[in-house]
Amino acid sequence: MTKFEDKTAVDFVIVGAGGAGGVVAKELSTAGFQVVVLEQGPYLHEGDFIHDELKFKDVFDPPFIGQEVLTNDHTLQPNTFRKTAPDKAVLTSFAQYGRCVGGGTVHFTGNYWRFHEVDFLERSRWGAVEGTGLADWPITYDDLEPYYTKAEWELGISGLAGANPFDPPRSKPYPLPPLPIKSSGVLLERGARKLGWHAYPAPTAILSQPYRGRSACAHCGFCEFFGCEWGAKSSTLASVIPIAEKTGRCEIRPNSYVRKISTDTRGRVDGVLYFDPQKQEHFQKAKAVVVCANGAETPRLLLMSKSNLFPQGLANSSGLVGKFFMLDSGSLTLGTFEYPLNDFKSVRVTRVVQDFYDSDPKRGFYGGGGIDARFEFYPIGFALTGLSPDVPRWGAGFKKALKENFNRTVTVFSHTTCLPLESNNITLDPDTKDAWGLPALRVTYKSHADDFKTMNFFNDRSLELLDAAGALKKWAFPVEDAAATVHLMGTCRMGNDPKSSVVDKYHRAHDVPNLFMVDGSSFVTSGRNQPTCTIQALAYRAADQIVRMAKSGSIPA
Amino acid sequence: MDADNTRRRFLLSSALGLSSAWLALRWPAIVAAQQHAQRSGKSGQSASFEFFAPQDALEIEAVAAQIIPSDDAPGAREARVIYFIDRALMTFDVDKQLAYTQGLEDLQQKTLELFPVADGFSSRSSAQQIQLLTGIEHSGFFELVRLHTIMGYLSHPDYGGNHNQAGWKLIGFEDKMTYAPPFGYYDTEYNKRR
Repeated sequence: MTKFEDKTAVDFVIVGAGGAGGVVAKELSTAGFQVVVLEQGPYLHEGDFIHDELKFKDVFDPPFIGQEVLTNDHTLQPNTFRKTAPDKAVLTSFAQYGRCVGGGTVHFTGNYWRFHEVDFLERSRWGAVEGTGLADWPITYDDLEPYYTKAEWELGISGLAGANPFDPPRSKPYPLPPLPIKSSGVLLERGARKLGWHAYPAPTAILSQPYRGRSACAHCGFCEFFGCEWGAKSSTLASVIPIAEKTGRCEIRPNSYVRKISTDTRGRVDGVLYFDPQKQEHFQKAKAVVVCANGAETPRLLLMSKSNLFPQGLANSSGLVGKFFMLDSGSLTLGTFEYPLNDFKSVRVTRVVQDFYDSDPKRGFYGGGGIDARFEFYPIGFALTGLSPDVPRWGAGFKKALKENFNRTVTVFSHTTCLPLESNNITLDPDTKDAWGLPALRVTYKSHADDFKTMNFFNDRSLELLDAAGALKKWAFPVEDAAATVHLMGTCRMGNDPKSSVVDKYHRAHDVPNLFMVDGSSFVTSGRNQPTCTIQALAYRAADQIVRMAKSGSIPA
Repeated sequence: MDADNTRRRFLLSSALGLSSAWLALRWPAIVAAQQHAQRSGKSGQSASFEFFAPQDALEIEAVAAQIIPSDDAPGAREARVIYFIDRALMTFDVDKQLAYTQGLEDLQQKTLELFPVADGFSSRSSAQQIQLLTGIEHSGFFELVRLHTIMGYLSHPDYGGNHNQAGWKLIGFEDKMTYAPPFGYYDTEYNKRR
């Protein structure tokens, strides 16, 4: 195993070994650079991931949120939350992200949607939305397309090119065929066809066949919230991190919690200060730093990295670090059906509908999204939250409902746009500290009226879909302001103008020539809230450019 | 209030003040509970209670058995949920001991009020038990026992409940490392048509 000395300046320090950090680490190390990846969470392996709902799945959270074994631990790292700036922020576990080597790609569902062309151009196409920072990206779909393809082929994505009539153009098919359809997928397809919509095989970051030395999915059913015991989920842990380590130039240093990015008198980054597992502080010297700490922790780290030269926080001359925070809007409806689906088996999602992806002026509001069908539960979570509201909560009726419905229930889950608002943001809490004495992450968030309209629109479409599919009964979770999020976006937005953005179109900080931010924080808009595919395509594109710049000597140390 | 007034609230009982950090806090204790349950399982000795006095175990088991009753399929009683709860209260839910002690006292009190000759909740008829529990079904204590009963009925048998996978069998869940398609009725039909 490669080990670098703290005191020797490595070519790059990467903060965060997740969906983006893993990709960047692999690209930079295979290009010949020395890389230290500091990951705050542990280095877990396939053997650590077992079928145990009580261990891995936090049953007290909404079933679509997850556990705190693979994710950030809110007892150690509390979040505070308020809807608007005048409110007093209260303790919550609002921002949830992967906190282990592989990051969120270890426990994610594996939905792997490319953005469409329109996602990069919505300000031009739709126009301004009052009270928001809706803007075009400084790059287009065409700029990113080669890197979407690269991500799909390097990481291993299953899907069927051309099956979705709304898909953007692609230069290459998926490397692997789609996973076998499940009953939830059949019902989605049935309902969609009846309504004139178009269901297509879900693009999924799970291997349908053996690929590049990794096993295919064995359909054990423990994907979402769990790590894959087969290495079939295309996390960076299973796919690119081993390649990075094999170069002998990449050290993954787990349990290393970065508290500050250090700068020299010229305003250049010269390393990072971090805590080891014993809370001892170290300084890792580096010629350049790539922050891949996610859309919540990346801005927090920049804000914590204040100095005389950067009194507002590092790379924050625009004042926009932490601003325009976007999250996973959507709706969740459920239906029960006549025959057993046994949907606890295999991957979560096998069919998707994107007929309402684009904003439509006829609806009278901005917003769009996609819909998938799945069974969003494990046994305990189902008993606690998966039964319809009219079912008795205990007794013979409760038991009967458990028996009849566990295998007959489908969740229709929509993933919708979330408008960028400057007033929605990540800041440092002035009062609450984490277990290391650092300021807690404070979230300020309130959905825009159009986001609510979009969520309600998708809620209605989802219920229609359940009806058309032949549901015996259907119901919906209330459409409400977010209480928690797993998709963290927009807080160091990308742009050409240093006054209105934090990073340039190659993810370099406008203010610091040897600092890069590569993760969901770069997003200008939310897409349709399946961000992982785009985060990773951006990471490949950024890494490509960073390699080019480093080789030509245009990253000053 | 803002942060609480959410989807989370829809899903969870706010009565208990359970935080999402529950698991994180108790993770080492959960490991201990598993190891404990596995050891006692392997020792071949009949399981004994560590937290509950035998009479208290009877009372709590009777409550659990009303939450998931026994009929032609095993209920909380046959799934040995009471052992799960006992171990939970000695390991990852140590801080819920007081809630049980207090809740049991209140239950005795209520039982006495309604049935003055009572010799405990568990000795009442099923109809009387249901009547009593209906009176407290919105209390924190009832919510806690309900939660533990569901967890004990449906968690991995290593935790001491879900005996012989009774809970999993009832709902139709199997814990296997591999499956092959088709998985359910609708995809079977779908594949036949193709």
